[in-house]
Amino acid sequence: MQQHEKLVMMANQIAKAFAAQGEARAVPQIAKHIQDFWDPRMRRGILEHLANGGAGLDPLALAALRQLHPAPQAGAHQA
Amino acid sequence: MTLVNEIDYGTPASKSEKMVTLTIDGVEVTVPEGTSIMRAAMELGTQIPKLCATDSIEAFGSCRLCLVEIEGRPGTPASCTTPAMNGLVVHTQTSRLKQLRRGVMELYISDHPLDCLTCAANGDCELQDMAGAVGLRDVRYGYDGANHVFAKAKDGAANDAWMPKDESNPYFTYDPSKCIVCNRCVRACEEVQGTFALTIAGRGFESRVAAGMSENFLDSECVSCGACVQACPTATLSEKSLIDIGQPEHSVVTTCAYCGVGCSFKAEMRGEEVVRMVPYKDGKANRGHSCVKGRFAWGYTTHKERILKPMVRDKITDPWRETTWEEAIDRVVSEFKRIQFQYGRDAVGGITSSRCTNEETFLVQKLIRAGFGVNNVDTCARVCHSPTGYGLRTAFGTSAGTQDFDSVEDSDVMLVIGANPTDAHPVFASRMKKRLRAGAKLIVVDPRRIDLVRSVHIEAAHHLPLLPGTNVAVLTAMAHVIVTEGLVNEKFVRERCEMDDFQEWAAFVAEERHSPEAVAKFTGVDPAELRAAARLYATGGNAAIYYGLGVTEHSQGSTTVMAIANLAMVTGNLGRRGVGVNPLRGQNNVQGSCDMGSFPHEFSGYRHVSDDGVRATFEAMWGTKLNPEPGLRIPNMLDAAVEGTFRGLYIQGEDILQSDPDTTHVSAGLAAMECVVVQDLFLNETANYAHVFLPGSTFLEKDGTFTNAERRIQLVRRVMTPRNGYADWEITQLLAHGFGLDWNYTHPSQVMDEIAALTPTFKNVSFKKIEEMGSVQWPCNDANPEGSPIMHATTFARGKGKFMLTEYVPTDERTGPRFPLLLTTGRILSQYNVGAQTRRTENVMWHDEDRLEIHPHDAEQRGIKEGDWVRIQSRAGETALRALITDRVAPGVVYTTFHHPLTQANVITTDFSDWATNCPEYKVTAVQVGLSNGPTQYQEDYDAFARASRRIAAAEAAE
Repeated sequence: MQQHEKLVMMANQIAKAFAAQGEARAVPQIAKHIQDFWDPRMRRGILEHLANGGAGLDPLALAALRQLHPAPQAGAHQA
Repeated sequence: MTLVNEIDYGTPASKSEKMVTLTIDGVEVTVPEGTSIMRAAMELGTQIPKLCATDSIEAFGSCRLCLVEIEGRPGTPASCTTPAMNGLVVHTQTSRLKQLRRGVMELYISDHPLDCLTCAANGDCELQDMAGAVGLRDVRYGYDGANHVFAKAKDGAANDAWMPKDESNPYFTYDPSKCIVCNRCVRACEEVQGTFALTIAGRGFESRVAAGMSENFLDSECVSCGACVQACPTATLSEKSLIDIGQPEHSVVTTCAYCGVGCSFKAEMRGEEVVRMVPYKDGKANRGHSCVKGRFAWGYTTHKERILKPMVRDKITDPWRETTWEEAIDRVVSEFKRIQFQYGRDAVGGITSSRCTNEETFLVQKLIRAGFGVNNVDTCARVCHSPTGYGLRTAFGTSAGTQDFDSVEDSDVMLVIGANPTDAHPVFASRMKKRLRAGAKLIVVDPRRIDLVRSVHIEAAHHLPLLPGTNVAVLTAMAHVIVTEGLVNEKFVRERCEMDDFQEWAAFVAEERHSPEAVAKFTGVDPAELRAAARLYATGGNAAIYYGLGVTEHSQGSTTVMAIANLAMVTGNLGRRGVGVNPLRGQNNVQGSCDMGSFPHEFSGYRHVSDDGVRATFEAMWGTKLNPEPGLRIPNMLDAAVEGTFRGLYIQGEDILQSDPDTTHVSAGLAAMECVVVQDLFLNETANYAHVFLPGSTFLEKDGTFTNAERRIQLVRRVMTPRNGYADWEITQLLAHGFGLDWNYTHPSQVMDEIAALTPTFKNVSFKKIEEMGSVQWPCNDANPEGSPIMHATTFARGKGKFMLTEYVPTDERTGPRFPLLLTTGRILSQYNVGAQTRRTENVMWHDEDRLEIHPHDAEQRGIKEGDWVRIQSRAGETALRALITDRVAPGVVYTTFHHPLTQANVITTDFSDWATNCPEYKVTAVQVGLSNGPTQYQEDYDAFARASRRIAAAEAAE
């Protein structure tokens, strides 16, 4: 499985887990979950996929990803 | 140092709160009602002679040695079976008693060998002690009559009463000629262990202890827990190591390094050699009991395959080369620095060990965060209980179980979901079984008919054999029954939970699509049974949920944990003894490794790395800036490695190649890395892909703490010098120095002080505190200075309990024409995890290969007979193993263990995982099974590769 396909699958799983709460409440929780648990390169990966049309993404995941903060670039953080 | 001697009070403690006062030998003593006179006397320090009594089992009254005289009562009652009462005046030593006792001892000794000097129990024999205590000076009956002692009579005729020694068990012997038939072993097997493997065969003089149907011990139902050996007052049941070495001269209390129960043991030593491990009565997790692993399977610590010198190699196809610690550490440091320079800071990470101590785990994650400057740290909990952390934190506010193990003594109903305690948590299972035999009711939710469903004197009220992957549907259906049948504990919900969430949840579960009848078609569970189980859980009194990896290792693992929390809240089964939500944790310190900040998104005490305030406290203490972004989890690390953005991994005490799912993906990830560092006892499977091997130390060789499934922090104490030269925390410190960190820890207690200073839930924890209390359960802080046996007593850690909607989402892993069966995986009693330790002990006598359990119907369709080699295929891969035909699994379901590397069970499992935590879906894989001729080509290739990879080059000749 390609990396972006796996990220799409994971995002869709998260979306389905919150879907029962209805779109208005689910979307920010989906975005927060991805923000809290995905490392920056994974977030960059899914956002790139989104920029390329976001094929395969669940509508809730799509909405959530549009709210996602941009991830810092690799090496941007200096210890 | 001396032996830790524990007082034997003769009979168990009474739990009564009513006190009675009596006089024993002229001294008044006050004891709880129900206490025996024997125990009351021992409270005063008076040891009444005894043989058949010991305080781990109920009084029996057979040896007639503990007789006493009571003023105003006729005769000489046994003090073990006579309860203390107000005003009794008891005499323990009178001329009549002396004479009676001496007569009894004379009879015992007339049928007992007099080889005391060469006997293994010499110096630790209660029979010898009692002969001394009663002043036995002569045996008038001689030894010529009927006896069990001699194989032949003096005239050479065979003695039919004599039985040879049974040495079939690898760890202990049974010598019937030394048996006094006190029944202590039989009762320990029954009352303490609950296996009922032993009995007394024959009557009168012919009475002998017998295993099973008078079989040898190994062939009987005996599970080798050691309770009988411990209870035996003579050398009849003796550890082989004791026979081999002799009596220990000192002992040290420490904590078992196997499962998450966390049993306390006395390591009984002679110098630096372990004579035996004996369960410690004051251990609050095990209360003096043990299993075959902790009690006996410690031989791996000195196994010849243990690696004791650091090793390096340039390529994984090269043989290993032994080297110095300096060169090995330098290699890691220079390689990791090169990788970070070349591919970016985030290209490295590490895995902490759930088998190592809290202090070691804390230091590994500190090295990664402060030394590597990344948050790419994870631990084996990723693949077991990460959903517990996520789910319970969401519902209650803390990522841990709510109870202590003692709580089970007050349970009226136990709901066991996706756990197999008699195999995976055997010592706690014995405590559960004791309570079940006393009348508590049991509900088992499991695709397989585990032993608890029906075993000796135990029978589940309801077994719901659901199809793997449908946990959420079944638990939500139970909630449906509770809500729609008016069984909600409204008072609890109103006072303790968020009402808006509850109302929404109640309406959700009440929908007809969640009814037992509606879900039955895909869960396979009989709706009537499900309804009855839900009613029993809601109305049967104190109800406790115990669950294991059958809950978490699913694509909806976190949702299932939340569904469990919902059930406990809606019925008010939280915050007191006998109830609660209890995850049974897998490895010895997996709770601890999570607490210590092993997850890539959080610091110790479960605080997110993006929290500026929390991060500032760590930055101040550690003197460096820390990364605010979450790091990679283990599966993400492997994905990133295949993708090329992750190149260096430091793994302490974890074998991801064997234990993690989708082996081909794991090996591809490892093979793509440029520097894999494995710190372990043995060249494990992951080490086949390593470039640097750092030899680790065992739990016997270091100080530290482990935290068990009940949040109990217990000391691990060093009893011998590390054979590899360093404790694991010292190795991590050497690495830290290489990365420029100025660490100067000289003892793990200093690490715990740092943990306490940085972690609010550990604020008052210190080695001194644990030493004083024996153990302490976090949270231990100013609000709970003595720790917290039971959590959420008046409010939840998060304030109000939160009901979460638990929509069932079927896993994408589905059966179809190509893969019509569902594979689920689990463990067996004698083996532990990947088997690296237990396979290097005599425990292989019970389980020397993994087998595929398959239902007779599915087997017949495929022409499979017992013991046939079968090929098992999934979309991820294929492997082969031998079949075991059994109706313990339902038609359509197959099951195997994963303890042996040749099995390659994880070649089959897929990369599907829990939505919230990426915990792999080990418990559901669609497969096809068919006959085969033997191991697959892959297995043979892998075996050859592993052999080649483990080559160690001969040391170069000295110049």
